[in-house]
Amino acid sequence: MDISTKYMGLKLRSPLVAAASPLTHDVGNVKKLEDAGAGAVVFHSLFQEQILQDRNELEHYLTQGTESFAEAVSFFPQASEFKVGPEEYLANIAQAKKSVQIPVIGSLNGIDTGGWTDYAKKIQEAGADALELNIYSIPSNPKLAAKKVEDVYIEVVKAVKSSVTIPVAVKISPFFSNPANMARRLDRAGADALVLFNRFYQPDIDLEALEAKPQLHLSTQHEMLLPMRWIGILHGCLKTDLAGTSGIHTAEDVVKMIMVGANVTQLCSVLLMKGIDHLRELEKGLREWMEKKEYASVKQMRGSMSQKKGSNPGAFERAQYMKVLQSYHA
Amino acid sequence: MNRKHITIDGNEAVAYVAYRCNEVAAIYPITPSSNMGEWCDQWASEGIPNLWGTIPSVTEMQSEAGAAGAVHGSLQTGALTCTFTASQGLLLKIPNMFKIAGELTPTVFHITARCVATHALSIFGDHSDVMAARSTGFALFSSASVQEAMDFALIAQAATLESRVPFLHFFDGFRTSHEASKIELVDEEIIRQMIDENHVIAHRARAMSPDRPVLRGTAQNPDVFFQARESCNPFYLKCPEITQKAMDKFAGITGRQYKIYQYEGAPDADRVIVLMGSGCEAAHETVDFLRTKGEKVGVLKVRLYRPFDVKRFMEALPSSVKSLSALDRTKEPGSAGEPLYLDVVAALNEGLANGWGSLKSMPKVLAGRYGLSSKEFTPAMIKAVFDNMSGSKPKNHFTVGINEDVTHSSLTYDPSFSTEPASVVRALFFGLGSDGTVGANKNSIKIIGENTDNYAQGYFVYDSKKAGAVTVSHLRFGPKLIRSTYLISQANFVACHQPVFLERYNMLEQMVAGGTFLLNTPNSKEEAWDKLPRVFQEELIRKKAKFYVIDAVKVAKETGMGGRINTIMQTCFFALAGVLPRDEAIEQIKKAIKKTYGKKGEDVVKKNIAAVDQTLVNLHEIKVPAKATSTIEMPPVFAGASDHIRKWLGSIYGNLGESVPSSAFTPDGTFPTATTQWEKRNLALEIPVWDEKTCIQCGKCAAICPHACIRPKVYDPKELAKAPAKFKSTDARSPEWKGLKYTLQVAAEDCTSCYLCINVCPAKNKTETKLKAINMREHAPLRQQERENWKFFLSLPEFDRRKIKVTQLRQQQLMRPLFEFSGACAGCGETPYLKLLSQLFGDRLVVGNATGCSSIYGGNLPTTPWAVDANGRGPTWNNSLFEDAAEFTLGYRLSIDKQAQFARELLKKMGAQIGDDLVKGLVEAGQADETGIHAQRERVAALKTKLAKIDSKEAKMLLSLADILVRKSVWGIGGDGWAYDIGYGGLDHVLASGRDINLVVLDTEVYSNTGGQMSKSTPRGAVAKFAAGGKPLGKKDLGLIAMSYGSVYVAGVALGAKDEHTLRAFVEAESYAGPSLIICYSHCIAHGIALDRGAGVQQQKMAVESGQWLLYRYDPRRAAAGENPFQLDSQAPKMKVQDYLYSENRFKMLVKSKPEDAKRLAIEAQKDVDTRWALYEYMAARKGSRSAEAPANA
Repeated sequence: MDISTKYMGLKLRSPLVAAASPLTHDVGNVKKLEDAGAGAVVFHSLFQEQILQDRNELEHYLTQGTESFAEAVSFFPQASEFKVGPEEYLANIAQAKKSVQIPVIGSLNGIDTGGWTDYAKKIQEAGADALELNIYSIPSNPKLAAKKVEDVYIEVVKAVKSSVTIPVAVKISPFFSNPANMARRLDRAGADALVLFNRFYQPDIDLEALEAKPQLHLSTQHEMLLPMRWIGILHGCLKTDLAGTSGIHTAEDVVKMIMVGANVTQLCSVLLMKGIDHLRELEKGLREWMEKKEYASVKQMRGSMSQKKGSNPGAFERAQYMKVLQSYHA
Repeated sequence: MNRKHITIDGNEAVAYVAYRCNEVAAIYPITPSSNMGEWCDQWASEGIPNLWGTIPSVTEMQSEAGAAGAVHGSLQTGALTCTFTASQGLLLKIPNMFKIAGELTPTVFHITARCVATHALSIFGDHSDVMAARSTGFALFSSASVQEAMDFALIAQAATLESRVPFLHFFDGFRTSHEASKIELVDEEIIRQMIDENHVIAHRARAMSPDRPVLRGTAQNPDVFFQARESCNPFYLKCPEITQKAMDKFAGITGRQYKIYQYEGAPDADRVIVLMGSGCEAAHETVDFLRTKGEKVGVLKVRLYRPFDVKRFMEALPSSVKSLSALDRTKEPGSAGEPLYLDVVAALNEGLANGWGSLKSMPKVLAGRYGLSSKEFTPAMIKAVFDNMSGSKPKNHFTVGINEDVTHSSLTYDPSFSTEPASVVRALFFGLGSDGTVGANKNSIKIIGENTDNYAQGYFVYDSKKAGAVTVSHLRFGPKLIRSTYLISQANFVACHQPVFLERYNMLEQMVAGGTFLLNTPNSKEEAWDKLPRVFQEELIRKKAKFYVIDAVKVAKETGMGGRINTIMQTCFFALAGVLPRDEAIEQIKKAIKKTYGKKGEDVVKKNIAAVDQTLVNLHEIKVPAKATSTIEMPPVFAGASDHIRKWLGSIYGNLGESVPSSAFTPDGTFPTATTQWEKRNLALEIPVWDEKTCIQCGKCAAICPHACIRPKVYDPKELAKAPAKFKSTDARSPEWKGLKYTLQVAAEDCTSCYLCINVCPAKNKTETKLKAINMREHAPLRQQERENWKFFLSLPEFDRRKIKVTQLRQQQLMRPLFEFSGACAGCGETPYLKLLSQLFGDRLVVGNATGCSSIYGGNLPTTPWAVDANGRGPTWNNSLFEDAAEFTLGYRLSIDKQAQFARELLKKMGAQIGDDLVKGLVEAGQADETGIHAQRERVAALKTKLAKIDSKEAKMLLSLADILVRKSVWGIGGDGWAYDIGYGGLDHVLASGRDINLVVLDTEVYSNTGGQMSKSTPRGAVAKFAAGGKPLGKKDLGLIAMSYGSVYVAGVALGAKDEHTLRAFVEAESYAGPSLIICYSHCIAHGIALDRGAGVQQQKMAVESGQWLLYRYDPRRAAAGENPFQLDSQAPKMKVQDYLYSENRFKMLVKSKPEDAKRLAIEAQKDVDTRWALYEYMAARKGSRSAEAPANA
């Protein structure tokens, strides 16, 4: 049985890919992921904003209160060197590359074109096999037109593509007026894969403190339905590869995602909840299902249930209960 | 030879040499020497080797006494060892110095000569410390400039190794230690040539070793001690020769020839000044100048003061000398003369008798004192000394530089006399500590020093206030060696970096005619002239000055520099001052920016460079009109204070302290309290504004305010009759206050805008939750209104203390703070505890304060935050030493108890005359609470009335003691440096004394006042000076040690985390009649937190919630009652320690410098917390403990 897959030109031993998650903060986990059968590993994101903030903070706190008072012209020893840039991130990529055979994919979130391209190059130089662009914004300015928001995505992809040679995936959210059009524009801009979809932290209200607080909720299984729909719709319409992510928790989820057209499935919450070794269970489940249903390869089933190839293309466009009923009667 | 120039300060120059010549350094921080030890520690942590290729071992000790002991031991076992210190630190080393010298052990102690505390402490420079060490047997070796300090550090090292006489190499604190100067580097090659390895090997051969055992440190009897002591004489006799030889060798290598007694001046001089230290340079400059005017004058610079070589001294003097003035930078009250003078007199007598030198007869010898505590020593004063010698009736035992109008010793001088050559560019910069002025100026000196042939000198005058600190930078640049070891009084360039200074200082007084004035102002170039105070306009016109303005704040904001205008103002200086061609100067600034900020990241570099470019666009010249038109006057200083206070302390505050004469001062260092109230520093750009409708009247804001600027009052509604129109008031909420009114008032002009009150406020506006019960609003439009409101608020009567439930914060906060408006940092974590203390017990409080932050913001002239209540009662305060606050305070207790006992004895004796009931009341009254105290005060008043009418010795004696019958609250205060390290032995003894004394540790977990050195309280993983790689070991559990006595009340508190717990601990500690120890978590600027944005509260909460800081109380009275004396008041930790640690730069910066170590230390830190929590939980779970011997309640 062949469970290998291709993703952005990279040959993967399995469609089970570790999504960008805190797991890769510990570079030792990359080897564990490979051992557990991951087809590839996406690193956690390098946030340009975080780097800038860390630098500014360090600068601020090292100089705060200095040269003011005769007895204490400074408060900290002067370290000769600070690692305030992406050094640690890049070193971890390089170290991961040394320790595993599977592809290592960097992930980047920039705040300006210079940041996107500079760090993309650095991640490539560190040895990453591919790069995932974690582009997102929560546009809260009512005067900002949708097109302008979308154009930013396209510019970033073009800029990064022209500055690196490794394949580039783009992770996007579903919050576009027409995600399919957006996908097409990204495809034309040169994205080698689209990762559907990014999940955002949503603020919650602390009633005691009367404060809005960002809450981290791990994904639940029903969340995979949204990316599954859009991968189903997009499969076969674009050149770009497709990766499914959000709510993929079981082997059956993996099968479904591949069947609608995903090249790979990216796993995050399930690994955080059940541990890295759970990858073995998922692969076992995938193989068992394929064996039982007599599928010879992942390739064989990929896209078999997409909107184009499936028996009920209308289902991908149904939005309301009423239509479901109508189609039932039909 | 190739001479390498560097720009460096005295401390770094000396440390550079000492580090390379030694294997071991044992150190302890003390201003102004701390930096030398810090440099050595940093170089060691960077792996820089010494001359022999090994990295020196640098160890911080618990005190200077400890450092001296470690140095002694290290020397005895053969390592090349050095240390650095000053002032009281040197005094603590003296016992070991006698031993080290007695054993003829080569070492160099490098001393930044500093004033020893007498009537007052001073961190500044004079020779009182080294003179106190002159009998130790150490050679005393004096350098006068940064160049000499570096050179002499090496010459001393060479000389001590050869002579075996230990050397005390001293240079003037601040003037030399902190002066940045362009000098020729003494590089490793030079050091290598100067150090004879044979002497190093000989030192090792003398070391103690069990392989060739010896005995040293014997006890000797009268039969032999004396003659054995004299056996060292040949070494002292040879030492001057050896030192001169080392100087000659050094001259051969570097071309700089020194003499142990170096004469400069006319070969036929009739008048000569003899002195040591940095004053030699100013004297040299003055002599050169006066000689051009035909005066026959000279200066004899004494380099080697001990051993004193009479022959060489005599040989240095020209035969023509008629008159000598020996100037001492120290004072020995009651002596026949200060030490150098006495030595000069003795040397002349002996030298003439022996026929040494060319002098044929005894000249007139005069003694003078100058320069105590870094007092200016200028050419004008030096000229006065020469003029005094020429007079027919010269003053002897004179002082110079002050107006000593008590015994009239001072010489008059002409302050306008100047020797500064026109070729020297002299620039003065007035800045705030927080705006980065000093850092930028240090940078400018380096740029000019390293990129031009100019010599460069920078000296920085700092503030003694920590919030809103003002800095004045004095920079000189010129083609010749700069010997001006005094402040600039005739500047060509004056820059005012903060417009608010226009209200406080007449900066143009110090500007020469034709000079340039640069002002940072928010006013447009069109308005700038009109907005100047009149006195500035007049000075600019009179001096035909050039006037430039820039809105640096705007440029900083636009270029992402935030509040730091340093780069911008530096660029202006380079663009205007003409030291370098403009384009080249700008290029050099940009290069320096890359060098300075490169390691902090590209974007920091980018924004600085953008700031440089934007500066040039925004810098405007304003043509000075012919007429002054402004009606703006500089506001009066200390408005509202008494004439006496205003003239005296107000002058000091207004930067006119130099002109205050001796007669203005009490001769014993006594000052009035309650003086910060007159300052009205107006530091806040924003102030908290009360929303009475949202407020729940909890008192938390008032409790946390470090400067006592936000206060509640509850009062009768009828008091509002005369209230100002904008005065706010609402109904008091507490049931006990039914029918009364409540006001929360802000002292707007005293507020430092630290945000702590805002952050701690728990009340949110129901319809707009971003608003609280207090909100920050712009200060300027509210200034006048709030000034009136504050005045009215103060006039409202205080709430009756007897009716306040002191353990409930909302009520307790009605007590008037008797600690207010201190000079502590904005957002300080220490002062809220002291304010609380002053509220609870201030009217009967006696404080003994260890040296440190709390003694500086508590007692640095001109003002003190310790205040008085409406009855004139309040805390009385004194600072003895750093190390002895516990013992000093115990002394208070012993004295007060003894006098109270005597008073009671007298009362009983006089029972018949006074009345038995009154006596019984006075002797037996309980004074446990405010009601009891109040009643006792009334009895004491009655007693005084009676005693006044009785004419007997006993009545008079009892009258002098009567006040002591009211229970006094005795508190020792200090930081962790005191309690955990230098004062620990005394603290421990006092805790074991069983006496009713309370000790407060303001635990910032680092030596805050001296700039962040590690203490034994520093937690594992924190970066501090002497722990650059993160402290490898855990924090000492001082509370646990204290609890082991069983008879000490101990509490661990964190006001920002649980305020009523803190309150309770203070009340319990005070009520406990035995020793109490309260360890107070104090967030600090040295933690690297957003102190001035009120982050302290959150940090305290996190420290407690992570278990890093535990809240607990141990009360021996509970044990006596059969209960568990220990109560753990913290909840089980609910967050990971790491999450707390990485919210503070002291921990987080290690992640950026040594990520692996940081990770490991964070894991260990978590283990520390888990282990300690388990132990404390176990202790808290125990049932009633053994009955401790708890003293009865008072």
